Amino acid sequence: MTTTSEKPLLVAEGLGKMYGTRLGCRDVSFSLYPGEVLAVVGESGSGKSTLLGLLSTELAASSGRVLYRMRDGTLTDLATLGPAERRLLMRTDWGLVRQNPADGLRMAVSAGGNVGERLMAVGWRHYGNIREEALDWLGRVEIAADRIDDDPRAFSGGMRQRLQIARNLVTRPRLVFMDEPTGGLDVSVQARLLDLIRSLVAELGLAVIIVTHDLAVARLLSHRTLVMRQGRVIETGLTDQVLDDPREPYTQLLVSSVLAA
Amino acid sequence: MNAMVTGSEAEMPEIGYNFAYLDEQTKRMIRRAILKAIAIPGYQVPFAAREMPMPYGWGTGGVQVTAAVLGPDDVLKVIDQGADDTTNAVAIRGFFEKTARVATTTRTGEASVIQTRHRIPEQKLSEDQILVYQVPIPEPLRFLEPRETETRELHALAEYGLMHVKLYEDIARHGHIATTYAYPVEVAGRYVMDPSPIPKFDNPKMDDCPALQLFGAGREKRIYAIPPYTRVVSLDFEDHPFEVQHFAKPCAMCGARGVYLDEVILDDRGGRMFVCSDTDHCETRQAEGHHGEMWGGMLAEDAR
Repeated sequence: MTTTSEKPLLVAEGLGKMYGTRLGCRDVSFSLYPGEVLAVVGESGSGKSTLLGLLSTELAASSGRVLYRMRDGTLTDLATLGPAERRLLMRTDWGLVRQNPADGLRMAVSAGGNVGERLMAVGWRHYGNIREEALDWLGRVEIAADRIDDDPRAFSGGMRQRLQIARNLVTRPRLVFMDEPTGGLDVSVQARLLDLIRSLVAELGLAVIIVTHDLAVARLLSHRTLVMRQGRVIETGLTDQVLDDPREPYTQLLVSSVLAA
Repeated sequence: MNAMVTGSEAEMPEIGYNFAYLDEQTKRMIRRAILKAIAIPGYQVPFAAREMPMPYGWGTGGVQVTAAVLGPDDVLKVIDQGADDTTNAVAIRGFFEKTARVATTTRTGEASVIQTRHRIPEQKLSEDQILVYQVPIPEPLRFLEPRETETRELHALAEYGLMHVKLYEDIARHGHIATTYAYPVEVAGRYVMDPSPIPKFDNPKMDDCPALQLFGAGREKRIYAIPPYTRVVSLDFEDHPFEVQHFAKPCAMCGARGVYLDEVILDDRGGRMFVCSDTDHCETRQAEGHHGEMWGGMLAEDAR
C-alpha cells in the first residue's frame, strides 16, 4: 500500500440538499479511498440519486461540501473549482455511468466515436490512434470489433450499457459514479455486466460509488455499503456486515424483502 | 448584365425608403454587433434581427449586415453560388439598387461590398473590400449538441472535442473526411466557426484574407466576423489532413484550373460539362482570350 492510497480520494462532509422546502438528502458524511467500491442503497425517493448528483457536482449542495484529491495530491473543495476545471475533471479523472444508456451515450454517433469522444476532448488528434484505443476498449467490454462503426441504436440494452462503461473508462479515470447501472436489464445480462464491472474495477483499481436499489448488486460489487432512508444515511459498514447482520429495523426490512434465489 | 447598373432616378417613388431599407437605429444596433464580432473573431454575437421583405433562408442575415455597412459611395456585388445572375443575387442587388441607390457591379475587383451565398470569389480580395456571407446555421456544433445553452458553454470553455467526433464519424463511415461544405474552422486560435455552406475548396481563402469577412444569420439572429489578416485553420486529424476538392478537368468555358467548378448536365445521355462557379471570373478570363474545350460550342448554342 502506497501512502496516497491511505489518504481518502473523496470526502463528503455534512452534505445536504433541499429542493425548496422538501428534503433531498441531509447530513451525509463519508470518505472514499482509492480502489474502494461504495454502494449507496435504499428505496426509491430515499435521496440516493440526489447524493450522487451532489458528489458528481451535477447539483449544487445546500449545505456541506465535497472534497476530492486531485492528481497532484491536494484535497480540493469541488465547489471552489471553476466550470472549466470541473468539466476537465468530469471527462478525465471521473466517469459517470447512467441508468439509461441513451442519456450517457451519443445515440447518433458510432460506437467508436462514442468511445473516442473523451480522447478527442483531451486533445487526441490522430485518427488511427483513437480508433486503435476504441477497438481495445470495445474488446475489454466484450463488444465485437466489427460493431465499431454501428451506432448504439442498433445495440441491445446490455451492449449499450457496456459501451457506456467503455466510453467512461477510456481516459483511465480514478473515480466512477454509477447510477443503477443494471437497472432495466434482464437477469442474465445483469449478471454478465456485473461480472464485467467487477473485473474492470479490480484490474484498473477504480474507486466506484454505485447507487442501486438492488442489494444483490451491492453485495457483488461493493466493499462498503451506505443505507439511506428519507434523505439520511441510517446505516453504514462493510457490505457483508450490513447485509448479513443489519442493525437498523429499516435495513432488516430491506434485506428481508429480497427474494431468496 | 450592363442593364442592371442603371438606376431608376427618372421614376422617384412618392414614399421613399430610408437608406438601405433599415431605419437608422436598427443599423446602429447591427453595427454595434458587427464591431463586437470583429473584436472577438469567430464569436457569434446575438443581435435583434428584423423581419425583412424576403423569406428566411434567402439571406435575411446577410442583407441586414450589408444594409448596416453600406454607404452611398459603395459599389455592391451580390453572388449566389458564385453567380451574379441567379434569382437570389438578382433580387438582393435589385433590393439595394432600389432602397440605397448604390452602384452595383458584377466585377469582383470593382466592388467594395460583396454579399455572397455559398462561395468566395476566385479573385483575391483586397483590404478595401468587405465580404458579407449569408448564413443559415451559425452554430457549428448544432447537429452534435442540440442544446443552445450547452453549445454556448462549450464555446466559452473552448471544448471542441465534439467537432472532431463529427470528423471521426466521417472517416469511419467514408474512409475520408466527407464533409465538403460548411467545413468547420478555428479562427484566431480560439473559436470554432461555421464558415456558412461554402465548399471547403474556399476555406483556405479565409485564412489571412486582407478583406473584412462578416457573417449574418437572420433567422438565428447571430453575427460573427473574421477581421482582416486573421489565422483561419480548417480542423482535421494528423493522419487525415485537411484537403480541398480537386477537379480532373479545367473549366470547359475558360480553361481555368485550380478554381471551383459546377457540374452542368447537358442532356439525358450522360453528357455533362464542368464550368467555373464564379461567373465573373469565367467571363473575365474568356474576355482575356482564355478558352476551354466547349467554348465555341456554347457560343453557337447561345446564338440560336
